[in-house]
Amino acid sequence: MSTPLGQWLMSEAPLSRRQAVLGSLYRGVRAIFANPTALAGLFIVALLVVMAVFAPWFAMGQSPLSQDLAQRLAAPSPEHWFGTDELGRDIYARTLYGARVTLTIVVLVSVVVVPIGLAVGTVAGYFGGWVDAVLMRVTDIFLAFPRLVLALAFAAALGPGIENAVIAISLTSWPAYARIARSETLAIARSDFIQSVVLQGASTGRILFRHVVPLCLSSVIVRLTLDMAGIILTAAGLGFLGLGAQPPTAEWGAMVSSGRDVILDQWWVATIPGLAIFIVSLGFNLLGDGLRDVFDPKSR
Amino acid sequence: MSTTAGDAGTASDRRPGRLIGTILRRTLGFVLTLAVTFIGLTAVTFFISRLTNIDPVLAVVGDKATQAAYDQAFLALGLDQPLPMQYLIYLKRLVTGDFGMSVLTSRPVLTDLMRVFPATFELATIATIIGVLVGVPAGVLAAARKGRWPDHVIRVVGLFGYSVPVFWLGLVGLFVFYGKLGWVSGTGRLDVFFNGIVTTRTGVILIDSAIEGNWEIFGNAISHLILPASILGYFSLAYIARMTRSFMIDQLSQEYVTAARIKGNSYWGAVWRHAFPNIMVPLITVIGLSYASLLEGAVLTETVFAWPGLGLYITRALFNSDMNAVLGGTVLVGAVFITVNLVSDLLYKLFDPRLRST
Repeated sequence: MSTPLGQWLMSEAPLSRRQAVLGSLYRGVRAIFANPTALAGLFIVALLVVMAVFAPWFAMGQSPLSQDLAQRLAAPSPEHWFGTDELGRDIYARTLYGARVTLTIVVLVSVVVVPIGLAVGTVAGYFGGWVDAVLMRVTDIFLAFPRLVLALAFAAALGPGIENAVIAISLTSWPAYARIARSETLAIARSDFIQSVVLQGASTGRILFRHVVPLCLSSVIVRLTLDMAGIILTAAGLGFLGLGAQPPTAEWGAMVSSGRDVILDQWWVATIPGLAIFIVSLGFNLLGDGLRDVFDPKSR
Repeated sequence: MSTTAGDAGTASDRRPGRLIGTILRRTLGFVLTLAVTFIGLTAVTFFISRLTNIDPVLAVVGDKATQAAYDQAFLALGLDQPLPMQYLIYLKRLVTGDFGMSVLTSRPVLTDLMRVFPATFELATIATIIGVLVGVPAGVLAAARKGRWPDHVIRVVGLFGYSVPVFWLGLVGLFVFYGKLGWVSGTGRLDVFFNGIVTTRTGVILIDSAIEGNWEIFGNAISHLILPASILGYFSLAYIARMTRSFMIDQLSQEYVTAARIKGNSYWGAVWRHAFPNIMVPLITVIGLSYASLLEGAVLTETVFAWPGLGLYITRALFNSDMNAVLGGTVLVGAVFITVNLVSDLLYKLFDPRLRST
């Protein structure tokens, strides 16, 4: 890259904060594009987002909810690309709309889990001593919990639904982020630039928010991407058991479940939404693997 | 054992007394961690039981009870006590094995759990054996052929294992291998007409039928077991292969492997006899972790295959608002999960010579 813009972006000695931020972003994007695994993953994840946002448009007038009992369990045809389910609903449209539920869960879990993990991890790592000991013990306890079974018990107690599925998954997911944030913080807190910020009189809150947290973010994001597949699979598992999004909402796990009884004769009812879960999880796994290679050359 | 000059701690560690002391300290730490984690787990299940809008008293006495009976049960359950006391009462009941009565089966939950656990144990154990037998050699092969096609194939197979929903794979497996090909038996642990023939000794049908020498039932049990166990085993395979690969790559890049080759070992001789023994310890931990997570994965697999184990028990109880059974099952799975996790961690600490000195 030898254009002036490229040189400005790749500069080893950025002159302004903006140049530094844009430059590191540019390098990251270039690294992702140079990594076929990450690119494939990024493509699938982008596809999920596009599907979710433009579901009505892609469904071409088919509603995910409208029933047509005369057409129930129809095989894939030009009219119904992926066939119809036991209530004659179009599986193609339902799979598209199902992307919305999956995306909602993914976003909500991230929004809950990352701040909690960062808060616990950076505080434990920065203060050390008994604060660290107590917080990490609590983290270890939650880390040792069986995720799906605990989510089951939670969903059973709170009643089924997306919100409760998100709470249940978050409860067992945050410890991993606390661990990562803590180990990053331990290294950062010892560095000279933190000492200089301390000498300048910055408050602890400012140090944590402005200096420690931003440096933890890249490891946390990589881990989050790698965890996404697990989160999607747990959510789909809850949906399959009837504890996720409630009918008639189109949710992939619940759709697989509705195809269970007819799997031997009408295979498409359960197969199509299952494939959707598989492809999206695979996408996040590929992207996560790729991001790890990009951000953490050690693991190569 | 490598000792650097001036490292007094490591040198004195050679005294057996110090080593035993370290092991004792580790074991004590382990017991403490185990206890704390159990308290955490039970605190969460207790909290969950208080979240429900199901009246715990009505769950015991039934909705036709008189006010006097209701009040008596209310006091017996300790519901007049403050919350921390209620938790202690709950803990005491758990420790004495009192998980309450199941509304669904009208038996004590503990009896139910002991009845269904062997089925899950059988499934998870066979699955782990499959995962180890395939996953470890696959991981070693991938490391030895790093960056070439066997490595890529194994990586893709592993990635699929991380990404595929187990309940869906189970359904598709049933559709293909039972429905279309007829290679395996369908759902359940045995064909219907074989049920109840073998006396239940351990609850593990493979062992029970082998004790009686009833090989027809043994074979039938295998044909029922092989599909769910393989599907569950695929997940541990993916994890075990990935970890084995990364451990092996670390070892193979070290000079002692080259030295072994120079001394005239064949390539695979150096891999298996020199490098592989060095990854055994971390591998034990990985296998332990995957075993624990299989107990969990069994919940969904059991639902698909109508396998009468813990998972099916918990989900059935769930849909009948049988909270005692749900929480009892959760505590049991959690306890096994935690114990296996921490024991494999302890094994790692006790057997890794590098960790002994710290």
